[in-house]
Amino acid sequence: MKNIRIAGYLLLTASLLVFTQCKKDDDNDPNETGHFEMEFDNIVGGEELNLGTGTYTNAAGETFSVTLLNYYISNIELIRADGSVYAMPQDSSYFLVKESDDASHAIEIEDVPAGDYTSVRFVVGVDSLRNTMDIGQRTGVLDPANNTGDDNMYWTWNSGYIFFKMEGLSPQAPVDPGGLNKYRFHIGGFGGMSSPTINNVKTVTLDFNGVKALVRKDAHPHAHIFVDVAKVFEGETTVKIAENSTVMFSPFSVNIANNYQHMFVVDHIHQ
Amino acid sequence: MKFRLYLGVVGALLLMASCKDNGGSEVVDVQFVKPSHFPEPVYNFAENEVTTEGFVLGRTLFYDGKLSRDNSISCGSCHQQSAAFTHHGHDLSHGIDDQLGSRNAPPVMNLAWQSTFFWDGGVHDLDLFSLAPIENPVEMDEKLDVVLEKLRNDPRYPPLFNAAFGTPEISTGRLLKALSQFMLMCVSADSDYDRMLLGTGPDLSTEAMAGMETFNQKCASCHSGVLFTDYSFRNNGLNRAFNQDAGRERITLNPEDRFKFKVPSLRNVARTGPYMHDGRYYNLEAVLNYYASGMVDQENLDPLLRKSDGTPGIDLSANEKENIIAFLKTLSDEQFIRNPELAEQ
Repeated sequence: MKNIRIAGYLLLTASLLVFTQCKKDDDNDPNETGHFEMEFDNIVGGEELNLGTGTYTNAAGETFSVTLLNYYISNIELIRADGSVYAMPQDSSYFLVKESDDASHAIEIEDVPAGDYTSVRFVVGVDSLRNTMDIGQRTGVLDPANNTGDDNMYWTWNSGYIFFKMEGLSPQAPVDPGGLNKYRFHIGGFGGMSSPTINNVKTVTLDFNGVKALVRKDAHPHAHIFVDVAKVFEGETTVKIAENSTVMFSPFSVNIANNYQHMFVVDHIHQ
Repeated sequence: MKFRLYLGVVGALLLMASCKDNGGSEVVDVQFVKPSHFPEPVYNFAENEVTTEGFVLGRTLFYDGKLSRDNSISCGSCHQQSAAFTHHGHDLSHGIDDQLGSRNAPPVMNLAWQSTFFWDGGVHDLDLFSLAPIENPVEMDEKLDVVLEKLRNDPRYPPLFNAAFGTPEISTGRLLKALSQFMLMCVSADSDYDRMLLGTGPDLSTEAMAGMETFNQKCASCHSGVLFTDYSFRNNGLNRAFNQDAGRERITLNPEDRFKFKVPSLRNVARTGPYMHDGRYYNLEAVLNYYASGMVDQENLDPLLRKSDGTPGIDLSANEKENIIAFLKTLSDEQFIRNPELAEQ
């Protein structure tokens, strides 16, 4: 009798749990919000990226290290299974991921409406509108004063942001005036203000591989994104450091941007 | 007093006037007023209205060496009022550690009408302009965050920012907008030519009038209108043998823009030598001789600079050249280069 009673309690508890679970799954109260985190985990091929110390091999067989890696992620949109979209408020949708700064690897998106999200879309770089906007509205990571020296991400002589900056050493790189075998990729170009020119603003959509990221008031999923910088050297164009050790504002930069737009992949979702 | 762009002698007297308040410090009432014979400015004043306090802050910044790495070079070092805010006598400017730049310093003048900056037009907003000389390693070579920190630690600045913007906060946007306010007030519109045009001054000399006629026929298709430029980018046929600076192509990456540079205004041109983007000509005679007979035929040469037989150059007699120079000298604006409000205080 006692056992039956316990079994009954267990059944009741279990059904309550199931009921709760179901409620949680179906409840998309638009007034309810949670948060969603994107973690940008920079890697090289299948290896961890060790800034300054690791040595790697690119698709052309060249050896390289990475001494600096910065890139902008902006205009983040979370997409639901039905195709509907939650876009972050534009003003707070600019992030600079810096390999040298662990805190910058995680992007926290607050006040996301509850829902089942299946993919994310973002810009690698800074959209053209923000590149031409009043300086008073360029705060945070867009304020040139906040990224200076090696971390500078703004071209003052040719107004516009550097979207992606990667530097390192490679024995295949010709010796630079400072005596180093260094490669430097500073990629930007928003299409030009008064005359059209290269546009390296890239929009990337990452699928969660069939997994639903369930955002609820008390459920805060987290997308772990691998960013494989080996892809910078491969894809539509095999980039050889020996031939292109310095790529900045030039037609060739388009090839590097076309390559690096494929470096992002969602490895898994933590619920 | 009002520091406005009054024209004519009365205006000039007003410009020169000053008054003292009870505390003994100078009081000026600064506002941007479009000269009546100028087109509408292109600068977006809605985002940065010129105020007396903003102008005073901008002027203080313009003449402050703190904007450079070793506190030695100010904006005013290479943009000197007496030379219409250019670096007089310098083909290329020497910045910090006496390093040379690659181009001749253009005048800080009538910038409210300019929609692109630099010889190649690489900057599209006056508010973004000052970042470039501050951070250029051969100009001021300073990091923007360090500049802001130096200003925050200088007891003069928080009150100046407070007066200009309502709080003492010192930010990138405020620094740049204050500099813009000063530069926007560097308006030159009161030359002998202007006074003649407006009927407020004497006629120009016979030589200058003859020069103006020739100028209008042979030069004004590019140096057009009351600002004496159409702000276009053109290849004017300079010999490229010793200077391969690609000019506008660096910005657009379009090979058709190779060796194109912005058509400069000719206001105060008698004071802004040396000439061309690299300062290769030291006087106006050399410039006119070049246009008459020194041009080098090349790809991208501006079609307007070809004669009817296809050869490059502009037909100019010795007399025409002299007269054009006499006319160009009437574009000098003494009020502009002597206005004490635009000077280092």
